[in-house]
Amino acid sequence: MNEGTGTPADPAGAGAAGDGASMTVDELADVRAGDKGDTLMLAVLPRDDVAFTVLERLLTADVVAAHFAPLVTGEVGRSVVRGLPALVFRLPGVLGGGVTGSAVLDGHGKTLSYHLLTLDLG
Amino acid sequence: MRAPGTLRLGAGAGFAGDRIDPAVELARRARPDYLVFECLGERTVAAGHARRIADPAAGFDPLLAARLRAVLPHCHPAGTTVVTNSGAANPEAAGECALREAGALGLDARIAVVTGDDVLELVRTIDPVVWETGTPLSEVGDELLSANAYLGAEPVAEAVASGADVVVTGRVADPALYLGPLVHEFGWAPGDHDLLGKGTLVGHLLECAGQLTGGYFADPLTKPVPDPARLGFPFADVGPDGAAVFGKPDGSGGRLDRRTCGEQLLYEVDDPAAYVTPDVVADFSDVTFTDAGTDRVAARGATGRPRPDGLKVTLGFRGGWLGEGQLSYAGPRCLDRARMAADIACERLVGVHGLPEEAVEVEYIGAGAAFRGLAAAEDPAEVRVRVSARVPTAEAAEAVGWEVESLYTNGPAGGGGARRSTTEIVAVRSCVVPREHVRPRVTVVG
Repeated sequence: MNEGTGTPADPAGAGAAGDGASMTVDELADVRAGDKGDTLMLAVLPRDDVAFTVLERLLTADVVAAHFAPLVTGEVGRSVVRGLPALVFRLPGVLGGGVTGSAVLDGHGKTLSYHLLTLDLG
Repeated sequence: MRAPGTLRLGAGAGFAGDRIDPAVELARRARPDYLVFECLGERTVAAGHARRIADPAAGFDPLLAARLRAVLPHCHPAGTTVVTNSGAANPEAAGECALREAGALGLDARIAVVTGDDVLELVRTIDPVVWETGTPLSEVGDELLSANAYLGAEPVAEAVASGADVVVTGRVADPALYLGPLVHEFGWAPGDHDLLGKGTLVGHLLECAGQLTGGYFADPLTKPVPDPARLGFPFADVGPDGAAVFGKPDGSGGRLDRRTCGEQLLYEVDDPAAYVTPDVVADFSDVTFTDAGTDRVAARGATGRPRPDGLKVTLGFRGGWLGEGQLSYAGPRCLDRARMAADIACERLVGVHGLPEEAVEVEYIGAGAAFRGLAAAEDPAEVRVRVSARVPTAEAAEAVGWEVESLYTNGPAGGGGARRSTTEIVAVRSCVVPREHVRPRVTVVG
């Protein structure tokens, strides 16, 4: 269940979206942000089973890594939690220095859940 | 209605600065067996040590007295035990505070204090590797202020077993504040990994209080939350087999359903199959939620594996000073003027005040600052420039706000609403120490 990894330099799959009109994560799921050190964690909770199927296929670790480039400093990890269902992403380095190491306003990166919502799945 | 044989655990606070009235509502209307106040972040405990160094009677949560004054008149007659990590950097003083507050209310209360999380001398002796730097602690240049090990549920269970009305701890793993009463009441053993996993799930879902009932969740379009100003705090009814049903007080604001529970399950969880605590490595990957009535959700499916040999320790270091200044610009070319303002401030901070260039951070609030440059707004209606710097001295930090404020009369046209601040930083890092070196203690007073 701890499966894909990807790097910002390797955004494979970004063009793998289905046909149809443009669709953002915001139309399919909710996202909650959490932090551990300088790693940003994003939990993606699809609103129904169809949305989960689409997101499991299209919202890969590579696509998420590309969306947060160049802030990501290592491999992005993705876990699938089927019981909910949900996807969990780990984005190392995005919070550069963490809540006590960085001078920026939102050191926790709590606002960044909404950046993932803007990701266009094609 | 609650099922017979279950224990009701209530979430009275989810962080040090949390609201007080929802805890009173929970105590009055839900009458939990235990009311838990989680008030201790990593930074909070380190900052508490900084306060204790300045004042030996300080270092615990400054809101503890107010919280106890508000809830004890309801908890004491109902037999509700209060459990809190508000002891922070000074659990003994927090225990005395609790005794004073109970006495002032005319209550004959017994207070149990859990100590032993303070491992400052231990880490100086065994010199563990610091995770963030990868070097032994002795090679980290910053001044070490504090070291606190995450204690587990066992000392909390022991404190509860003493018959205490109020249990005050220092650094205890957040879910263990909830797991402790379950371990005591149901007699769960250290080898009951699945039960400890289920109890840890309960603690994890409750530990952020309002985040389970619509807080950090609400979105007017996609996730409407009713009556959010009166957000109710959650409770769980837990059985001896670890089965749990979550709820919130009838008539309170907020919502509690599978969506709020799903989001909180994964909050700050980097690996859902391995949620590591001092008591168990809990596995949340097969957790499912089912509706059990209005604002009632049943959780099942958590399991557990044996606990780690080491205990995680939060290290607090003096991290220098943060200086900041902010100023607003609006209307035509506001972003251009904000950039000009920042350029002037930066040039002077480096040239006149001698700050290192790399210490200075500029953000354009309203033009993409929160997304850290990932999505910038090119033509905002207004923008607020924020200049900040982490520097070794208060004097250098003070210069940051000063230079931003002085842009009023020396900078671009139409700058308004200057604000400045200077704060001391406690930097937090982590390490692990062998469990057998850490000796939790329970002391009963009153």
